[in-house]
Amino acid sequence: MASSSTAKIIDRNIPMVKLENIRKSFDDLEVVKGLDLEIGSGEFFSLLGPSGCGKTTLLRMIAGFETPNSGIVSIAGEEMTNFDANERPTNMVFQSYAIFPHLNVGENVAYGLKKQRLPKDEMKSRVLDMLKLVDLDGLYDRPSYALSGGQKQRVALARALIMQPKVLLLDEPLSALDKKLREQMQHELRRLQRTLGITFILVTHDQEEALIMSDRIAVMFDGKIAQLGHPQEIYERPVTKKVASFIGVMNFISGEYLGKKDDKLHVRTSSLGEVFLKSAQTASDVQPGNVTLGLRPEMMTVLFSTNENSEYEFKAKITNVSYYGDMTYYSVEMPGPDDDISISMRNTVGRHVYSVGDVVRIGWGTESIVVL
Amino acid sequence: MKKNSRPLLIYLFIYLGFLYAPVVLLPLFAFNDSAIIAFPLSGFTTDWFSWLMEDESLFRALKNSVLIAVTASFISTIFGVLTARAMARHRFLGKQSMFGLIMAPLFLPEIIVGVSILIVLMQLGLALSLWTVIAGHVLLATPFSVSILTTAFNNLDRSLEEASLDLGENRIGTFFRVILPLVTPGLISSLLIGFTISLDEFVIAFFLTGTDPTLPVYIWSLLRFPSKLPVVMALGFILLVASLVLLSIFEFYRRRSESLASGKENSGIK
Repeated sequence: MASSSTAKIIDRNIPMVKLENIRKSFDDLEVVKGLDLEIGSGEFFSLLGPSGCGKTTLLRMIAGFETPNSGIVSIAGEEMTNFDANERPTNMVFQSYAIFPHLNVGENVAYGLKKQRLPKDEMKSRVLDMLKLVDLDGLYDRPSYALSGGQKQRVALARALIMQPKVLLLDEPLSALDKKLREQMQHELRRLQRTLGITFILVTHDQEEALIMSDRIAVMFDGKIAQLGHPQEIYERPVTKKVASFIGVMNFISGEYLGKKDDKLHVRTSSLGEVFLKSAQTASDVQPGNVTLGLRPEMMTVLFSTNENSEYEFKAKITNVSYYGDMTYYSVEMPGPDDDISISMRNTVGRHVYSVGDVVRIGWGTESIVVL
Repeated sequence: MKKNSRPLLIYLFIYLGFLYAPVVLLPLFAFNDSAIIAFPLSGFTTDWFSWLMEDESLFRALKNSVLIAVTASFISTIFGVLTARAMARHRFLGKQSMFGLIMAPLFLPEIIVGVSILIVLMQLGLALSLWTVIAGHVLLATPFSVSILTTAFNNLDRSLEEASLDLGENRIGTFFRVILPLVTPGLISSLLIGFTISLDEFVIAFFLTGTDPTLPVYIWSLLRFPSKLPVVMALGFILLVASLVLLSIFEFYRRRSESLASGKENSGIK
């Protein structure tokens, strides 16, 4: 007997999930607009975007709950565009968890194994192992209505993982949990993914969650991928103003790009004067004319003493102070016509917290600027 | 008790009295030792119940009624499942007007429905039988089945079905392992309400019965003999108790259907 179909070896060169020119409309509304994407084997991948950007629809097309109007969905090197969900090597953790209310925890987790007709002992031991993996030991007989939100989440995870999927799909799995539990689950999901080596695809609207957990992120707006990259790339080198303001806080300063000078980008701003930036400081192909400069709040400093110096500095009046305990966020007036900008400072021992109206020295460097 | 709530309380008692006083008369006269239905009561007896037990044509009528009620409720529940599933999961042209037409028999006068069906049957040259009564009762019970089951199917979280498919189960398996268990309380309450509607329905049964009367039609025929009136009272009492039991079971399952299908468990189920 040829074993080629039973024991498929995953080729690292073949992407685990490959989407080619995917389009999907509901009635007259096109929600995914010709999208290409490759997700590698063993990757923790996030689809990040605001609600209505098409990220959930995309996930549902990978799962097999929706069929694209055009385009090709391939999973593990096999074309599966028109396969039903029960024929795909993917499993999903639903936003609502979708725990079967008439079954208890053990029965929920064993649901997908029933088809495999395993001996009873083996089935039970596999379910118990899985419950242990997701930290639910001892809840085998617990009825599903007696579970907390966090426990339902783990049951949903166990129920999907016991199927040994090639790809685990997570549809906003943490959005219903409170902050503490959410942070804990973020680390646990990451740990699970590393231990099991399964490809995880996470849909989320929470940029922080995506940054913490992912190997790569696709930022989606309006049915298309606006930017694809590692968390650090996305955060530090956003390609558009839209991406920049969706990921974290970004200050915008208007300027005029005058062209290259000594291999540097020459930008004139009214707030910060003339600045010269490296060509790597823009991800887009800028043309001379009006541009926007982006500066993260933590990339500027309030200079607390006269000893402290910076590459460049200016004086500014504080218009708002938000004290977070570990951090203080200052809003300060810009010298030019730009909006007030936000600066975050870590609170350290003995460090003064300024008040509204104080005039302070703000230090900054050209390295931290990105041209959009 | 607050002073200003007294008028409301009086209203409540009048209201309940108006509703239930006639019903209370049933057991009173069912056990009264006199052939005349009038006060004062003359004494306690269970004779009327013994009479009932010996009336063979009554048992035939009861058997007919139960047969019709079981069949009609079964058919209307099947129609209900099909309609409810379509309403909850599919979108098609004329969906709302279709739903309206299915629910319409709720508001049509039964006598009109009865006469119309009778005319159609005559034109077709079909003989009146238990089946013609069943057809009429299915028409009446279907709107109730549809509305109960639409609630059950609408409350069913769609992602439960998707989760089942996602875990490798096919559509038929999903129906039996997930959908059916979750709508079973709805099915039971639909069967029960169909059964009770059919069991005491008179107008349509009166028009469409052939030589085999249903129980209400038989009771009506008894009313021509004043001496049989206490027997009718006794029979009425038994039917009342049976209906109350059925309705309580119905209510239990209806509530369970709502809570189970939406994934929330309420009190009363362990």
